[in-house]
Amino acid sequence: MPRQGLIDRRLAIFLLGLFILTVAVPVGNLAMAGKPVPTYLVALIGKYLCYALLAVALDLVWGYCGILSLGHGAFFALGGYAMGMYLMREIGARGVYANPLLPDFMVFIGWKHLPWYWWGFDHFWLAAIMVLLAPGILAFTFGWFAFRSRVTGVYLSIITQAMTYALMLAFFRNEMGFGGNNGLTDFKDILGFDLASDGTKVGLTMLSAVALAGGLLLSRWITTSRLGKVLVCVRDAESRTRFLGYRVEHYKLFIFTVSAMMAGVAGALYVPQVGIINPSEFSPANSIEIVIWVALGGRGTLVGAALGAIIVAAAKTYLTGALPEAWLYALGALFILVTIALPTGVLGAVETGIGRLRRRPAAKEAEA
Amino acid sequence: MSAHHPHAIGGLPPEELPQLYLNGVSRAFEGFKAINNLSLVIEPGELRAVIGPNGAGKTTMMDIITGKTRPDTGEVLWQQTVDLTKLDEADTARLGIGRKFQKPTVFESHTVADNLALAIKADRSPWATLFHRADVAEAARIDELLGIIRLGDKRHRMAGDLSHGQKQWLEIGMLLAQDPQLLLVDEPAAGMTDAETMLTADLLKSIAGERSVIVVEHDMEFVRALGCKVTVLHQGSVLAEGNLEMVSAMPEVIEVYLGR
Amino acid sequence: MTSLLRAVLTICALLYASVAVADDFSALVQALPKGSYHARSVVVKKLGLLGDARAVPVLKALNNDDLKVAGDGTVLIVNDTTGAATSAIGGAAMGKPDPNSLDRVKANNMVRRAIRTAIGMLTLRDPDPAKRMKAAEDALKAADPEQIDALDAAISAERDAGVKAVMAEARAAAVLKSDAPEAQKLAAIHTLGDRGDNAALAALVPVANSKEPALAQAAKTALSAIREAQQFWRLAQNIWFGLSLGSVLLLAAVGLAITFGVMGVINMAHGELVMLGAYTTFVVQQVIRADAPGLFGWSLAIAAPLAFLVSGAVGIAIERGIVRHLYGRPLETLLATWGVSLILQQAVRTIFGPDNRDVGNPGWMSGAFKIGQMQVTWNRLWILIFCLAVFAVLLAVLKKTPIGLQMRAVTQNRAMAANMGIRTGGVDALTFGLGAGIAGLAGVALSQVDNVSPNLGQNYIVDSFMVVVFGGAGNIWGTLAGAFTLGIANKFLEPFSGAVLAKILILVGIILFIQKRPRGLFAVKGRAVES
Repeated sequence: MPRQGLIDRRLAIFLLGLFILTVAVPVGNLAMAGKPVPTYLVALIGKYLCYALLAVALDLVWGYCGILSLGHGAFFALGGYAMGMYLMREIGARGVYANPLLPDFMVFIGWKHLPWYWWGFDHFWLAAIMVLLAPGILAFTFGWFAFRSRVTGVYLSIITQAMTYALMLAFFRNEMGFGGNNGLTDFKDILGFDLASDGTKVGLTMLSAVALAGGLLLSRWITTSRLGKVLVCVRDAESRTRFLGYRVEHYKLFIFTVSAMMAGVAGALYVPQVGIINPSEFSPANSIEIVIWVALGGRGTLVGAALGAIIVAAAKTYLTGALPEAWLYALGALFILVTIALPTGVLGAVETGIGRLRRRPAAKEAEA
Repeated sequence: MSAHHPHAIGGLPPEELPQLYLNGVSRAFEGFKAINNLSLVIEPGELRAVIGPNGAGKTTMMDIITGKTRPDTGEVLWQQTVDLTKLDEADTARLGIGRKFQKPTVFESHTVADNLALAIKADRSPWATLFHRADVAEAARIDELLGIIRLGDKRHRMAGDLSHGQKQWLEIGMLLAQDPQLLLVDEPAAGMTDAETMLTADLLKSIAGERSVIVVEHDMEFVRALGCKVTVLHQGSVLAEGNLEMVSAMPEVIEVYLGR
Repeated sequence: MTSLLRAVLTICALLYASVAVADDFSALVQALPKGSYHARSVVVKKLGLLGDARAVPVLKALNNDDLKVAGDGTVLIVNDTTGAATSAIGGAAMGKPDPNSLDRVKANNMVRRAIRTAIGMLTLRDPDPAKRMKAAEDALKAADPEQIDALDAAISAERDAGVKAVMAEARAAAVLKSDAPEAQKLAAIHTLGDRGDNAALAALVPVANSKEPALAQAAKTALSAIREAQQFWRLAQNIWFGLSLGSVLLLAAVGLAITFGVMGVINMAHGELVMLGAYTTFVVQQVIRADAPGLFGWSLAIAAPLAFLVSGAVGIAIERGIVRHLYGRPLETLLATWGVSLILQQAVRTIFGPDNRDVGNPGWMSGAFKIGQMQVTWNRLWILIFCLAVFAVLLAVLKKTPIGLQMRAVTQNRAMAANMGIRTGGVDALTFGLGAGIAGLAGVALSQVDNVSPNLGQNYIVDSFMVVVFGGAGNIWGTLAGAFTLGIANKFLEPFSGAVLAKILILVGIILFIQKRPRGLFAVKGRAVES
């Protein structure tokens, strides 16, 4: 079975765009007079790139394996919390209570000792590992139970939603030791770089672009491998795949875990850029919004998912500022329109359109 | 896979052990006995046709053999050593049981060649498939299979674009690619032209001998063309067994088929 | 003995008072300013025993130093801030007398103590049984031996059996603190043991530690009996809370069970259809408040059918406009209906504003009553009854009516049903409308116990999905069992873990449960489902 090229045309175009962005952002923000790329825009771009990576992660499970996870926000948030814990410890004695060991919120609720699960988060490397492990372990455990007992379709969607909902309730509790309602915030710096400085913001945005490119390449590598083909088999005819001797639950577990880790990385990059992580990131509504990014862009296209995330997030930024009332109407209408009228997403529709335009002259030639 | 304690049947030497052995198998769905005290022995290399009216339990029987459904009672043994009731679909497929469904199911968003490649006997673990590289032997095997199912010119077509009959052939090709020791074939002739039906019968006959084949079929012409031992199922158990002439002359079989 | 005491006190009073007073209200009030503190306290006590409610403001005024006597001997109650005076006897307004012309009727500690007891006694004789009950409960908590006489008097005058019992218990608690003989105390322990609540516990615990072995033993026996009874009632209360929560869950989920279970359609806008029902109730009440306040008691009865129609109509519109195009694609249906839910939420926010709207309880829905030690609120009880009624009607519709038959036919074999001449499209729309209409009814009920806000639906959607998934799709009996199981489980976990953790545990429990029974508690089994 010949392997498809790792980089096809659409990925090449997208990666080129990303590359231009990673050049334009630092030059426009740091090197040119008058800042043609203002800092607020840098932060926005960084945020959108994280969303795009999250969308790619969801596309990997939904687009290629048919697992509609309504709980991917949970993996994103867990990655974010792991990074947030490091950033919290970085604050050190510069907090309001000037406690060198305990974050402010712990002092506030009267804790005397750092809980064990916070140990070691003053080391960046440990936090970085936990960014992958926390979502990975949750996804593995959850998937182990769910896939083995063949929970599929809407049932699986509903219990993923229940999972993120339960986590949201849990993280709202002060006793959990993650800052309760307010979450983790008031970060100062990351690896010694001041989070408020333009240089750090540009750096994080570029890092997000690199992560997105890496995520896309990894996903593309997986989906063009034979394993990727088996995933599509599972999506289209799960039972048939079993009768060929493939252990479907192992494949699902693999891709679900990889996807969760990718979502965790997106969350970890997101948190230092927006400066806060709180339990509302776990809310089921957030997770469903990720789905519409992927659906709009085109499921099973990876690049489409990334584009969808950026389009919807940009529209949200614009609309919630200009016409706050209209945003939910627009989002709601988007859900309806995309599912009914654009089953292959924007990318699918555009490519079909281009294909038709190209074929038409050819067909005329053939007729003549 | 559990190593079942070998049953010795009449002191047969191992190479003479039955390929598949069902004894007293029953399975009920909400009180309805889909399979009722069914016993069946398939010898290595045997071709067997299973016929019976709708609801006779044919599909449930195949579900039980492939590990999709667990029987309530009874023994299901593979080469007298492996207890199939403890295995699932993937296990039985790896063991060497291939199944073709009544409604052709191929992977519609993969090409014909990919469909075959995915079916070829190989390490099925995610790790192996992730790092899998196509080799010359695999390409040759695909060419060979494409020749058998006469879809050589459709190699790069999406399987979803094939006609119903072509999908049937592709699925048979996938079955062969698995290199199974036992083939369970559910109504292979459905949707085929008469000529194709006869080709299919010839193909199945040529496969048998090396491998055991169980064919479930409604089409009596097709069964006649197979020219093999026939098992008649009725209400979940075996009503008659023998060659087609013999069983079709039996009054109880006639009653089951014509009496209602 | 008490009568003897009373006689002695009366003689003393006669001796000390400068004038002999007749035992009537006006004479006693007139006598208040005269004589020593001791004489005043005797008069106060007499006022208490008189049982005349008019004495209460007078005694309160005396306690607050607002009782004055004018030069002509008229006793006045003078408002401290305004200076307006009323007659202590008749209550007539007496203008604003010059403060310098008035003498204050003074009170010392002895008098004030007498006032407290007298007011307590007077309340014990209040014409309103609720106030008497309150006074008796207060007396029980106070357990003051000095009140024994007053309680005796009140008990003998009391006609209401319930109040009388509490008075007797209050007396028992007072006796336990007094130096009454052992036999009386044993009887008191018995009385309190029968009462069996926290107040009784508080009164008995000191006795259980007393030095008299017989009393201590009796008290200990009574205590353990009380604790057992309390455990029982706690259990009963938990079950009641659980049933109540379950009824709310069932109402929210049963409509979903129809669309999800019967049609295989995930309707993420279900919560918003519930919300529409609640807002319909709000609008109905607004109209009634403005135009026909007399009908307020009927507001829910009017709102229920309207809510059914509003939500049902919206449901049918959703089915015809959106869901119809997505049959066989459950995941897409889920997303599209989520879109609908966002639009409905925002529409309600635009029309009614983002804040909670005030939906009132009609009289028959408010208040509570007690069964034993269990508190039952009327609104929760009515919701339970309403929920069971809705369930019964739904069951009847599905089982007994032609439309129900058609629904089941379409569920089981769509193609066959279509061949038999059933208009499957119409049946789908009606089924969806029925599920949506029931969501509207749920909204009417929820408006009585929850905040009516645009987020109302979101708060129930995860829970109601859990109920349907747990109960088993395709079986509304499963939904019933699921709702009450989850409701009761939740309320039993709460005391140990707190409300939030209980909810988390339930969610995790369901996620694990689904692994064992992927199709729920009452799954429909069979080949059709497995394939």
